Amino acid sequence: MSPLLSVRDLHVKFPITRAGDMPWTKPRYLHAVNGVSFDLEPGKTLGVVGESGCGKSTLARGLIQMVPATGQVNWRNETDLLSLSPRQMKPFRSEIQMVFQDPLASLNPRMTLGQIIAEPLKTHRPDVPAKERRARVAQMMERVGLLPQMINRYPHEFSGGQCQRIGIARALIVEPKLLICDEPVSALDVSIQAQVIELLKELQRDLGLAMIFIAHDLSVVKNISDEVMVLFLGRIMEKAPKAMLYDQPQHPYTQALLSAVPIPDPIAERAKQIVPMTGDMPSPMNPPSGCVFRGRCPRAQADCAEVVPQPDGDLHRVACIHPGPMRESELRQHEVS
Amino acid sequence: MVMTSEQRVEASELAGKGRSPWADARRRFFRNKAALMGLVILGFVVAFALFGNYLAQWSNEELDYNVMGQIVELGGPSIASGHYFGTDDLGRDLFARTVQGTQISLAVGLVGAFIACVVGTLYGAVAGYFGGRTDSIMMRLVDIFMAVPYMFVLILLLVMYGRSITILFAGVGLISWVEMARIVRGQTLTIKGREFVEAARATGVSAPVIILRHIVPNLLGVIAVYATLLVPLMILTESFISFLGLGIQEPLTSLGALISEGAGTIAYGTTWQLGFPLLFFCLTLFGLFFIGDGLRDALDPKDR
Repeated sequence: MSPLLSVRDLHVKFPITRAGDMPWTKPRYLHAVNGVSFDLEPGKTLGVVGESGCGKSTLARGLIQMVPATGQVNWRNETDLLSLSPRQMKPFRSEIQMVFQDPLASLNPRMTLGQIIAEPLKTHRPDVPAKERRARVAQMMERVGLLPQMINRYPHEFSGGQCQRIGIARALIVEPKLLICDEPVSALDVSIQAQVIELLKELQRDLGLAMIFIAHDLSVVKNISDEVMVLFLGRIMEKAPKAMLYDQPQHPYTQALLSAVPIPDPIAERAKQIVPMTGDMPSPMNPPSGCVFRGRCPRAQADCAEVVPQPDGDLHRVACIHPGPMRESELRQHEVS
Repeated sequence: MVMTSEQRVEASELAGKGRSPWADARRRFFRNKAALMGLVILGFVVAFALFGNYLAQWSNEELDYNVMGQIVELGGPSIASGHYFGTDDLGRDLFARTVQGTQISLAVGLVGAFIACVVGTLYGAVAGYFGGRTDSIMMRLVDIFMAVPYMFVLILLLVMYGRSITILFAGVGLISWVEMARIVRGQTLTIKGREFVEAARATGVSAPVIILRHIVPNLLGVIAVYATLLVPLMILTESFISFLGLGIQEPLTSLGALISEGAGTIAYGTTWQLGFPLLFFCLTLFGLFFIGDGLRDALDPKDR
């Protein structure tokens, strides 16, 4: 099947100006996304995980030109979205919709539910008469599990989970092909998270949506994704189909992340061995040479500083020159206080 | 499925109108005693301006020849003569004159504040939303406007183009939008970063629609508060100009012009000529300031 979206060598850079800089001083750049490439097939879900500040959200915003990006974002192998002007981009914005992290903040407090959900429809299909628009909004509300009678209510009258349902209804009313979910459940309670995830899975099945699902919760990503991509400092560390990535992680970073997931069984949790990871995230303004992860890697060697590892491979891509499961000597006993 | 009566009640409650942020603010406003008093005072002043002429025994142009020349003895406030507030120096009925002055002063205040709000809001929202170089250029322009002594400019305008009420309206409004533009720009910067604006941009809503549909409605609270404080400011400015003898031209009058006249004749003992216009002037300002305060508390409950 030909991919719906194929991203090649995506870069997002932000110029950093410091106070007191002269207009002619060369700006320094913060390299938030650094050469990310992937394909996404229709109806599939790509999970994107990584720590805060690794460029997950910036990647999503770069894809739809919300932040200036370079590289290629091919839509259905026909159009490079990054080469389009804002006007040319507009029809594609109804094909790609987004669900945001903070459910309440992503809804305008001065608009009613009906107005909020109808907005994308009003923007992209102004020919739809008001009566039909209302009917479609009511239908969509029912679809995401909201009572259509609540159409005249305001966002602050709803709970976080309900607000996220409103956000999903707004995204789906224009029948997009791709839904970008930017940490859609990280602001919700665990029980509500499960409901929203189930809703998303159900909608994906029924509507044949492709999804890019960003999260930092590995178990949530495991539940919903077909493929998972691990980012560190704007680069792909490892990308593989879900089962492969979770069962045979090759990159030390992925292994460290997976070993940090708590196990809800105190005995197993105490017996767990973790991959030690030291230090903090390096600064994206001044990334280390070679492999960006080497400063925190338990397996870092001299050659890691020289070569920038590329995420090569076909199905299972690993950006590491010393991949493979951790040896016993590299692990450390997990200390449970 | 058959609904129980309880479910039916619940469903009908859900179907009702939602409680909008405006309805909440209205409830908070009406619970504020000082603001309510301000509203009553302002309501009284507005009613006086609108319907006062029906109570007046004299028109604002007629001269009362009986009191002429003996204003101090005969022109004082009296029910019997029909001059409830007395007469002015020429024997015109001060009640009718005060009604007329209040009308003009309120009109100048409202129109001036309206112009300032519309121009300032649009200018500030556009500068704040687009940001970057557009913002820098637009705001530097505002800085330049603020550096100009506006009273001087207004006086020059009135001298150059003659003393017309239109020039006064336009002048007062156009010099006071700069402050508004600054406030609105600051607020726009914070609203622009909120996720719902990003959501609208991601959907492909165009910039003018985002400004009008998402940014301005969320600014209205700030605008409303500032506007109620701007109206008295406009009235004060107009009064000052009229006091200098440049503003409103006879036979029209404003509270400022009446106060100016009253102050001029106070040495002869005609205190009512100053007292009544001043009373209405103060009542208007009091009312508006209390309402402005109440609005701020009602619309921004977090700021108290």
